[in-house]
Amino acid sequence: MTSAIGFSGVSRHYGDVKAVDNLNLDIAEGEFFAMLGPSGSGKTTSLRLIAGFERPTAGEIRIFGQVAQGIPPYKRNVNTVFQDYALFPHLNVRDNVAYGLMIAGTPKRQRQKSADEALGMVALGGYGDRKPSELSGGQRQRVALARALVNKPKALLLDEPLGALDLKLREQMQEELKTLQRSLGITFIFVTHDQGEALSMADRVAVFNNGQIVQIGAPEDIYYRPKTPFVADFVGSSNVLPPEFMNGLVGKSSYGAVRPEAVRLAEQGQSALVRSVSFLGAATRVTMDIGNVPMTMLMPKGAAVPKAGETVTVDWAAEDLHVMAPA
Amino acid sequence: MHSDRAPLGLKLAAAFGLAFMHLPILLIFVYAFTTEDKSYQWPPPGFTLKWFAVTWERPDVWEAMQLSLKVASISTVIALVLGTLCAAAVSRTRFFGREVISLLVILPIALPGIITGISLRSAFNLADIPFSFWTIVLGHATFCVVVVYNNAVARFRRVSGSLIEASMDLGANSFQTFRYIILPNISTALLAGGMLAFALSFDEVIVTTFTAGQQQTLPIWMLEELVRPRERPVTNVVAMVVVLVTFLPILGAYYLTRGTDTVAGQGK
Repeated sequence: MTSAIGFSGVSRHYGDVKAVDNLNLDIAEGEFFAMLGPSGSGKTTSLRLIAGFERPTAGEIRIFGQVAQGIPPYKRNVNTVFQDYALFPHLNVRDNVAYGLMIAGTPKRQRQKSADEALGMVALGGYGDRKPSELSGGQRQRVALARALVNKPKALLLDEPLGALDLKLREQMQEELKTLQRSLGITFIFVTHDQGEALSMADRVAVFNNGQIVQIGAPEDIYYRPKTPFVADFVGSSNVLPPEFMNGLVGKSSYGAVRPEAVRLAEQGQSALVRSVSFLGAATRVTMDIGNVPMTMLMPKGAAVPKAGETVTVDWAAEDLHVMAPA
Repeated sequence: MHSDRAPLGLKLAAAFGLAFMHLPILLIFVYAFTTEDKSYQWPPPGFTLKWFAVTWERPDVWEAMQLSLKVASISTVIALVLGTLCAAAVSRTRFFGREVISLLVILPIALPGIITGISLRSAFNLADIPFSFWTIVLGHATFCVVVVYNNAVARFRRVSGSLIEASMDLGANSFQTFRYIILPNISTALLAGGMLAFALSFDEVIVTTFTAGQQQTLPIWMLEELVRPRERPVTNVVAMVVVLVTFLPILGAYYLTRGTDTVAGQGK
């Protein structure tokens, strides 16, 4: 497995603000890698460091083995799909896609042919003569994708590319991106704040918080075995159990996590006071308090739902309780 | 009750306002055709086209016209370069004192021309620079820069920053990015700014009186002609030309900057 992108001890500080702080990271070639985190967690800055729009204040970035220090964005063999797509408004769709090839000096005929092929790949064949302003959000997104891919980059950087699309389109594009990545075999580095998106698309996910990577691993790892309370809470809103509570439960002073769907009503277990009940369609969410520990339970459709103010007994299977390493 | 029709009073007021602004200019045009050349007599005793021929034959008119065109062109070019660079710096980067610089750039147009004129004159004197064609150009450039800057800065703000990054990302260096992305997106603003600058410079009197040596730009020449009553209608013919030369670029600038309120490169 060759390394596509490597960060060693990379920091990007703005004065006192540590946008990215001492980051170590190794992304393999051909990997679909997601950078997940809340806004301001350093994921976009990390992407911009790879693209070359930001310079690290410390540390070293390697792009396919080559030290990136001092190499301007236009000489890096990576391309970016921007959050706002950044399509050139004065050029038509075909010229937008052919822009990189034009700069590279490809003859006009050839680059227009390549551009049309790239547009066909994202199911926009025949849209070449339109202006970006005449396209819908989803179509612009595809043009941005084609414009990056036509240059045959070794790695594609995607900065929240689906953020501006509506839910249905987003799900469709998630599938298409995944398929595209499989068929092209290029490294995709995908920045998102949507954990569902990261978990469903990526081979590996890095969870960012406060400029650092809190956990890095396969989606299942992150989801079922969060290393810190932050990951448990951010990735799929697990119930985080504080050490005092865990001490009484398993005799161990460390954080624990239980997924809401693993919590169920039981004969024996923890007594909980129901605070509120909300109907979500496929399931019903019940929020309650076990003593002073808040707990969320997801009940499948058809189950008898308790009412707010009631006291119920809840439990979960032992294997559903994830015990984190002591902090 | 509301109606789309303006009340009569308002219509009259508007008509009066327009007449007040434009009738005197029409009067100038009428006098270009009068047969009486000593004084402005109303109504003109007769009409003739001979003053156009007379004007055509006058070498001083041609000299002044050429000087004015040269000054306006060169000031505009200087303003285009400096104004664009300044606008790019102010809108693309954040630095200490950015707002102050922005204000200082705009100041010359807010300052009375006479102050600009006096200060430039004393500055040229102090520096021992003889008054020449170039001192006029410098004087005009001070306010021409402002017009270009104002137009360019507004457009720069509307060109989204990620367009430049996208261009760099796709392999274009700074020069190529400027040539293929920035310039096409700001070109109409520059053209409009340049046209306004040209028009401003072409009819400028005050700063010119302070920064010119023996040369006479067209407006200065007209001022002198008014004092010396000789073939008066020639001045009116020249005035018509000045109105046309300045009005057309302003009209052009208006059409170029119209309907460009959407942000260039805004994806969503």
